[in-house]
Amino acid sequence: MRAVRTETAAPPAATPPAAGSQSRDWRSLLGRWETLLVGLLVVMAVGGQAISPEFLTADSFTTGSLDMSEIALMALAVALVIVAAEIDLSVASVMALSSALMAWLWNNNQPVEFIIPICVAVGALCGAFNGVLVTRFGLPSLAVTIGTLALFRGLAFVVIGDESVTDFPQVWTDRAFGNFAGTFIPNTVVLFAILAVVFAVLLHATPFGRSVFAIGANEEAAYFSGLRVKRIKLILFTLCGAVAALAGVVITLRNSTGAANVGQGFELTVVTAVLLGGVSIFGGRGTIAGVILALLLLGGIQKALLLSESISSYWIQIVTGTLLIVSVLGPNLARRAAEVRRRRSRPTPEEGP
Amino acid sequence: MTAVAVEGARARRLTEWVLRVRELGIVAALALLITVTAILEPRFIEANSLRNLALNASIFAILAVGQTLVIITRNVDLSVGSILGLSAFLAGDLLSGNQDMALPLVFLLGIGLGAACGLLNGVLVTWGQVPALVVTLGTLYAFRGLAFLWTDGRQVNAETLPDSFLNIGSDSIAGIPILVLIALVIVVLVGQWLRDYRPGRELYAIGSNPEGARLAGVRSDRRVLVAFILAGALAGLGGVLFTARFGTVDATAGTGYELTVIAAAVVGGVAIFGGTGTVYGAALGALLLGTITSSLIVLRVEAFWQQAAIGALLLVAIALDKLVAVRIEAALRRRRSARRAD
Repeated sequence: MRAVRTETAAPPAATPPAAGSQSRDWRSLLGRWETLLVGLLVVMAVGGQAISPEFLTADSFTTGSLDMSEIALMALAVALVIVAAEIDLSVASVMALSSALMAWLWNNNQPVEFIIPICVAVGALCGAFNGVLVTRFGLPSLAVTIGTLALFRGLAFVVIGDESVTDFPQVWTDRAFGNFAGTFIPNTVVLFAILAVVFAVLLHATPFGRSVFAIGANEEAAYFSGLRVKRIKLILFTLCGAVAALAGVVITLRNSTGAANVGQGFELTVVTAVLLGGVSIFGGRGTIAGVILALLLLGGIQKALLLSESISSYWIQIVTGTLLIVSVLGPNLARRAAEVRRRRSRPTPEEGP
Repeated sequence: MTAVAVEGARARRLTEWVLRVRELGIVAALALLITVTAILEPRFIEANSLRNLALNASIFAILAVGQTLVIITRNVDLSVGSILGLSAFLAGDLLSGNQDMALPLVFLLGIGLGAACGLLNGVLVTWGQVPALVVTLGTLYAFRGLAFLWTDGRQVNAETLPDSFLNIGSDSIAGIPILVLIALVIVVLVGQWLRDYRPGRELYAIGSNPEGARLAGVRSDRRVLVAFILAGALAGLGGVLFTARFGTVDATAGTGYELTVIAAAVVGGVAIFGGTGTVYGAALGALLLGTITSSLIVLRVEAFWQQAAIGALLLVAIALDKLVAVRIEAALRRRRSARRAD
């Protein structure tokens, strides 16, 4: 998107100077992917309401957002990793390992207050393991995390087998399943909101966040300008593991089921949400706000199709896949069209003076 | 000039040697695994058990060949599992609707459907300039969604399929299962094409240096498009064979295959960032992954260790590849400086 903006602003002959800056601001706001996502959300809201009058109700928000809880949490952390031009496909497996570990510890009579930090710490270790392989051994993160995707899921099965543990204390399951202080907002959404603020500040308002962008945009340049590239990436992977484990705690308590097979295939949904949110797969570009909007969009479409009686809920996958492709294809085509237009308008200024 | 040519030839010989060693490494690992398992459980090397082993690996090997073509060009195809699902159901649906349908036609339609899916991926990647990971993640969902819409909860059962078709999945010619023969033919054909023919070599050029390949006059877009079409076509073929082998197909056929197939290719020495690897390695990788699963079952190691073992194997494989790459680079550099000193 950024490229479009600079290019529409560049040709002096094309835009009349009087309307210049104002129209540029207007255009840049309109050209932002986040703005488009807001537009899509409005379309979704109207369409969802047309499908079912239950769509725009507090109840449907509660149930719809609960279903997205874990994917949303993991998307925040994965977004940072992708901005740094790496990827983590092992998050769903870390989540499962955390769920299995939780079940095993609970079976061994440990209190939940003790289990949760242990799980998060183990998740952080898993993430650090990915990070060390990527940074210290110089292995590509795509291959590493496909490996640990199998490894961590396998370890989850080793921990608990194909059992599932369901007798978690109700105080805790209520906390994960319940709503916040009498409102219609689930506690998990509050947790997500807190983490979203933390991650947004971290990425957009701290030197650390700027370094992440710098690494994603050009790793070599970042290295030569003195950034500790390896350490920063290691921190990101560790963070990602910890958040995935936290998602494991949430899904375990929310469903009151600790098992090794939870969230199979979630990794690709998480990546989809992040990319749909406008984060570039090549790194260096993206916002937490975009990711949040994409999550709302995905959750909304899913809820609308579930509410609908006439439209098959199988459409969710087709719509998701198409949106994902269009989210990158659209800007590409727009840029190319702008280039063509610029090339056509070029002969005129040459004739002028 | 001649010195450069000699050096080039030597470098090439060194890389070829490494590649061969890489494949021999997998063969050695396979032999070790089979030997140990056979010592602990002699039934493992009975003809029937080995036959099953080869049958299970064949479809994965075919998919791994297609995946290798794409990965070599520095792209990736995550949609192969979904393409397999579509064409598996197509084959089942066609044959259960009309038992007398000519089997070659069914195969052609299945392969054609796969190729069309691959074409869509390829066009979006080349003409649309959308990263392959994004495109194929999108089509992974879209194709699977189409399969669900199309099947609408239906399932094709073995009873409704003609025996002549199901026999392809279970019969043997001269003691070798047909499925394995098909996989072997494909591996050898594509393997030689990649090794000796210009389009095949150009795939490597694109993967190891996209810009350099373009400057050298390689029509990158066209080649990448062909790689995606072939990967799709092979996934389509895999789908038809899936139906022939298992008989029962619903919309979920091949779910999650994509990551196993990529794992097989990477274990087989195909670098995830393109430019290196052979389909022989990838097919051996698929065989090794399948053998691990089977031997753990035979050894009654808790099934839960399987995934962990496969994950660990993948990590070991890429770590070793990295080590070898570092060494070979150092060796080439030493040779070059030694030559300069002369």
